[in-house]
Amino acid sequence: MMARINSAKELQAYRDEVVKKVKAAGKKEVAVCCGTGCQAYGAKDVVAAFQEEIKKQGLGDKVEIKPTGCHGFCERGTLVLMHPEKQLYQRVQPEAVAEIVEKTIKNGEIIEEHLYDNPTTGEKHKLESEIPFYANQKRLILSNNGEIDPTSIDDYIAHGGYLGLAKSIEMGAEKTIEEVKAAKLRGRGGGGFPAGIKWEMAAKQEADQKYIICNADEGDPGAFMDRSILEGNPLAVIEGMTIAALATGADTAYVYVRYEYPLAIERLNIALGQAREMGFLGENILGSGKNFDVKINKGGGAFVCGEETALIRSIEGRTGIPKPKPPFPAESGVFGKPTNINNVETYANVPGILREGAKWFTSMGTENSSGTKIFSLVGKVNNTGLVEVEMGMKLRDIVFDIGGGVPNGRKFKAVQTGGPSGGCLPESKLDLKVDFDSLTSEGSMMGSGGMIVMDDQTCMVDVCKYFLGFLKFESCGNCTTCREGLRRLHELVSQICDGKGDENTIPLIEELCETVQKGSLCALGTTGVNPVLSTLKYFRDEYEAHIKDKKCPAGVCKELITYEVTDACTGCLVCKKRCPENCISGEKKQKHVIDTDKCIKCGICMDACKFDAIRIY
Amino acid sequence: MTVEITINGVKAKAEKGESLLEVIRKYGFDVPSLCHHHAVEPCGSCRVCLVSVTDNGRTKLAASCNYKVREGLDITTDSEEIRRNRAMVLELMLAESNAPAIQKLAAEYGVTSSRFETEESKALAAERDGCILCGLCVRVCEEVVEVAALNFKGRGDKRDVGTPYQETPQNCIACGACAYVCPTDCIGFVEENGVRKLKKWNRELPILKDDAGRPVGPQFQLFYFTQKAGLPADFYKKGGGPAR
Repeated sequence: MMARINSAKELQAYRDEVVKKVKAAGKKEVAVCCGTGCQAYGAKDVVAAFQEEIKKQGLGDKVEIKPTGCHGFCERGTLVLMHPEKQLYQRVQPEAVAEIVEKTIKNGEIIEEHLYDNPTTGEKHKLESEIPFYANQKRLILSNNGEIDPTSIDDYIAHGGYLGLAKSIEMGAEKTIEEVKAAKLRGRGGGGFPAGIKWEMAAKQEADQKYIICNADEGDPGAFMDRSILEGNPLAVIEGMTIAALATGADTAYVYVRYEYPLAIERLNIALGQAREMGFLGENILGSGKNFDVKINKGGGAFVCGEETALIRSIEGRTGIPKPKPPFPAESGVFGKPTNINNVETYANVPGILREGAKWFTSMGTENSSGTKIFSLVGKVNNTGLVEVEMGMKLRDIVFDIGGGVPNGRKFKAVQTGGPSGGCLPESKLDLKVDFDSLTSEGSMMGSGGMIVMDDQTCMVDVCKYFLGFLKFESCGNCTTCREGLRRLHELVSQICDGKGDENTIPLIEELCETVQKGSLCALGTTGVNPVLSTLKYFRDEYEAHIKDKKCPAGVCKELITYEVTDACTGCLVCKKRCPENCISGEKKQKHVIDTDKCIKCGICMDACKFDAIRIY
Repeated sequence: MTVEITINGVKAKAEKGESLLEVIRKYGFDVPSLCHHHAVEPCGSCRVCLVSVTDNGRTKLAASCNYKVREGLDITTDSEEIRRNRAMVLELMLAESNAPAIQKLAAEYGVTSSRFETEESKALAAERDGCILCGLCVRVCEEVVEVAALNFKGRGDKRDVGTPYQETPQNCIACGACAYVCPTDCIGFVEENGVRKLKKWNRELPILKDDAGRPVGPQFQLFYFTQKAGLPADFYKKGGGPAR
């Protein structure tokens, strides 16, 4: 049974006690990343191996194995971070654990092979902070993921948890909202609307019931920022929501979270249970006289339900179809009651703002975009993972310094930000500062923070087709402009990919884009044309090559490419044997030939060839 | 609460929260629409009622049917930009619907054929009998008739209107309200040989004759009415209801 905390004073005393206990125990903490990515690598087996080994070596009272949330460097999982020095071992397998315990944990000896080896410099880095991937980040939110056991509220409190709430209660509702406004915290879900203004609007409403919603319906392909926060530090989000609730006068909250995030839901449930037991949720929170509790609502996985009005309808048990604004959710939200809705990352920023003050928060970032932003850096980039950077960092620094550039010596071509309805920015825009306004001004957007790097083997027309295909499928289908418009845009772009475009195709696409953009109700339609417009703006020559020359310069669009055997062929027969269509002929030690009429362009021959003797033209 | 707005330079008064489209029409300005009916909640599906709205200093195109009137709106109902975008909406519609009503409205905007038409789109249009998925049938059945025999299924380009599990809806009273409000006349409402049919929903109900031998309406529908209004079970059989 956990103690109930009834006031800020009791919280402070409890925290001191927890910190003292941890200090007295003097245990060495070993944090094993158990984010979804590392779990896929077998992180749970690593944890089990550690626990067994610690027991075997009788180190139970000296070492604590901590399964934590995502550390971000997914490319190198399973990650093992050893506190307090913060030595990082990467790609740890259960078999390596015995040696790590024996050598490193017991004797402080470093095992070279588990260290991160910098592919650019060849250097090996001992500490997490030395690795460029981490060194160039500003991890306000994510740093706790490597420190906190997400299933322990004591751990959260020891790391400053609930001090923000205590401070907010002391300040009162009005001053809390002023503080969030002064911090210029903008919505991390994509819209970038100032959170403080939303809160103020909801607080002003007179109603018998108000709600808080946390939007955890992270639907962008390749994005996992919110999932990682919920998995790694769920109480930060819950504390943020509690502060928002007490400030706006709400007593009930919904976390609208994807059904596909079982671990996040599990961790949320554990966190909610502990927070209730300790009186951080429920009645008379920290002696404030105010009540608040949180319910979890699992979403069915419709992308459009990330749009706040569609999300609200979904919570109400109806089909997720957006509604016009105004009225804004702050005026009339879930069940017609004033509702404050923010995204996971936005709430996760709130406790820090209250604890450290708005000035501290605005000292980071740019004039109009303060603080940090988490991105999921994926695609053709060496260091795939979750990164948190100060707003205003250049795209180039994110892709090359943190991301380590493009793998296999390929050339950088574009970076796509903002999820499926974001835009693709070319190399010439790499010096763009990443904040809400700069990205929008260049035809892309911040979105919820997806960042996909593309190399020269990526066809931008094909990329555009992919995103349109996603969007036409995920549109709710209510507005004709979005339902039919995206369907036809997808058809037209597909025609180009198939070599069936003509001189009228691009003008028609542009004409249609205007109507989809101006004529649709919600952001899915109005920004759904971004993939088309941004690729047309920056990669028009590639479209034209498809249309005029009937060629796909990147060698992707199947209808426009031909596979050919070059003179480098040694006649080894491998491609001939692998070809599923039996369309390669040639004798041993003689140059082979591909029958292009029968070839289905699967590329198996090219992958199989050890002599680089098959090319696309 | 009464608010004041401007429509094409004319000062207009309206109730806050009223449908902008209805206020515009009340003041005698012509704005086309396909998915709107005053008896049901507007849903902004067809998008042909696009007008230019200046709200709080920001100007944008918006569907007027589900735009709630607020103080100070400045509305333009006709401009080159508006006509261009309405025309494009109609061209999109023309590729998904072969209904004469759509062809007629499109022609008014100078659209006589659609550049988006393909063999596939023609097949889909034929399969749907010209339906533009405006959802008036769904809304009237739920909100006015209070039967809710119809609904949408799927999303995005797979969205379609229909009955639960694509089966004959057993709660449909064949009142024909859906056919009455349908802008493309695609429901297929017929009465023949003492049976009322709603082809699109595959619903057929025998028509009751009263004691004088006059056809009154589908039996199941009359049962629904007597239940709902608390009338005697033989009310219609005995010649009750409006004079025929």
